[in-house]
Amino acid sequence: MTSRAASCPNCGAPLSYRWSSSVQTVCEYCHSIVVRTDVDLKKVGQVADLPYDASPIQLSTEGRYGDKGFVVAGRILYQYEQGTWNEWRIVLDGGADGWLSDAQNALTVSFLTKGLNIPTEAQAALGRSFEWHGTRFTVMSRTLAHYAGVEGELPFEYWDKTDVTFIDLRSESADFATIDYSDETPALYIGKAVDFDTLRLKNVRTFEGW
Amino acid sequence: MAAQGRPPVSVRSVNCPNCGAATAVRTFGHAVNVVCQSCRSILDATNPGVTILQRYTEAMKEEPLIPLGTRGKLLETEYEVVGFQVRQIVVDGVSYQWREYLLFNPYREFRYLTEYAGHWNFVATLNALPGGGPTPEGAAARSYGGQRYRHFQTAVAKTLFVLGEFPWQVRVGDTTTGVDYVAPPLMLSAEVDSDKEVTWSLSRYTSGDEIWKGLSLPGKPPRPDGVFADQPSPFRGAVGTMWRRAALFAAIAMVLWIAHLVSARGRQSFAQNFAFDPKSPQDTSLVTPVFELDGRPSAVEIETATNLDNQWMFVGYALVNEETGQAFEVARDVSYYHGVEDGESWTEGSPTDTVALPTVPPGRYFLRIETEGGDLAAAPMRYRVRVVRDVSTSLWFVVALVLIAVPPILATWRSSKFEHRRWQESDHG
Repeated sequence: MTSRAASCPNCGAPLSYRWSSSVQTVCEYCHSIVVRTDVDLKKVGQVADLPYDASPIQLSTEGRYGDKGFVVAGRILYQYEQGTWNEWRIVLDGGADGWLSDAQNALTVSFLTKGLNIPTEAQAALGRSFEWHGTRFTVMSRTLAHYAGVEGELPFEYWDKTDVTFIDLRSESADFATIDYSDETPALYIGKAVDFDTLRLKNVRTFEGW
Repeated sequence: MAAQGRPPVSVRSVNCPNCGAATAVRTFGHAVNVVCQSCRSILDATNPGVTILQRYTEAMKEEPLIPLGTRGKLLETEYEVVGFQVRQIVVDGVSYQWREYLLFNPYREFRYLTEYAGHWNFVATLNALPGGGPTPEGAAARSYGGQRYRHFQTAVAKTLFVLGEFPWQVRVGDTTTGVDYVAPPLMLSAEVDSDKEVTWSLSRYTSGDEIWKGLSLPGKPPRPDGVFADQPSPFRGAVGTMWRRAALFAAIAMVLWIAHLVSARGRQSFAQNFAFDPKSPQDTSLVTPVFELDGRPSAVEIETATNLDNQWMFVGYALVNEETGQAFEVARDVSYYHGVEDGESWTEGSPTDTVALPTVPPGRYFLRIETEGGDLAAAPMRYRVRVVRDVSTSLWFVVALVLIAVPPILATWRSSKFEHRRWQESDHG
């Protein structure tokens, strides 16, 4: 973790990147999306108010995945025809980036995995299987979603996206994979389906009446 | 550590644009659709302006057995009942309706309770795919968690009625394809939403009493009717236990029988030859000299060896204890016939008869013998009576085996009747 102080190019409010791998952050005051370049910070957009959502996770929620602790650094909120889901960017002990996905409280943790063959959107039909690292994954859902907002620090520039296809795959041993077709080169994330108890989350949101 | 976080998520309500009534939202931002509690319109809860997605048509109305808003503990976790829907499948022209209750906890995945004819299941979606095929094609079995699940039914389920709220879109008339595989008390189900999604879930058969207790509901749950797909058979475990117990008893009986065969000494205690002339009925009764039956109480065999030839005789024995007067009586018909008919020779009966008296105590005994019968024209018959002490008997063993086998056979029959009723409701019935 490195913390570099700077100020928002839009409103001048203090701005810090807590993680060296962060490229983008959102100004807490004016909600400008600020991207870090080699020389300075640049405002690239503005975040509208995030929709009212009920994820128990929030920025700075902590937890454990395997033998490593993690902290939630940022998120991307997606909307699709059935509702919304969150991709929480987590930073693990040692600085590795991961994603804690929360769809109606169904949780997965996954990591960007490079160097594997990724099927095209058309190839990844529902029920088709692919093998990565010796594990057989099967396409269980195809979702057309659109970006509905960002929060906190992200390891790449991500804003103002239009409709994107996501393909989720699962295995017989609770492995989880998702293919993100946002960019020209699709990105493959591989990980596990997890539950609240094993993540041992701290600093979660509270809910009226619970 | 909550300092950095946002304030508690507050409960909201939506105002129905159709009737103006306010409906409280129980699942916070999870609610995608909310049914107006007053006019039953399905509302879009994600839209700040709230739009009507579907108006209520009065086609159906049903009160949930578990009221919405009920909170309690199921499987160690607190849940609130937030949604209710009635769904239907049609099989061979017959419609079957069941009810689904959506369970919410802000820190857990959504769960369901389903109810059909008083049969309840607690349902959780699965993170791992079953073995035997990741999507539900065909009628092949699936495996999950080391358990084999047999295909039960594939049917299109249609939503008939909704109440409460859902974290996804619901409309009356929605259809999905459902495929069930059973391994009582568990059921593995796949729900296929066209070419977009396949969701596997695991149902656990749960008694209504357990749910009523967990949710502190008043009164009693409805009594279950018929046999449900994943209802555990009350006989299944019992049948195995009964057969194992029967096998143990049979083995014990066998050991006792063999021990008895080995230890039976079969010593002759008395033997004497007698003659009987049917033409002189006055000497039909006689008494033998006293003889000793020693050792432990055991079986005594009386053998009657005759020279009967196309003849019969009746012989009645009374084995009488000289000291106590206790008598063991037995009557025998001895007959032996033979001949040739249509070139075939035949025989009927035997000139020698044996009979065993079980458990005769030791002591000094005599036999009283009464004879009768035979053709008057026949020649006098000779017969030899032999009394053998401590003979082996096997009839009790056969009787024991039958008695041992009756309960498990009965239980097996009842169990198979139960399974028949279960599978009658399936695609394979």
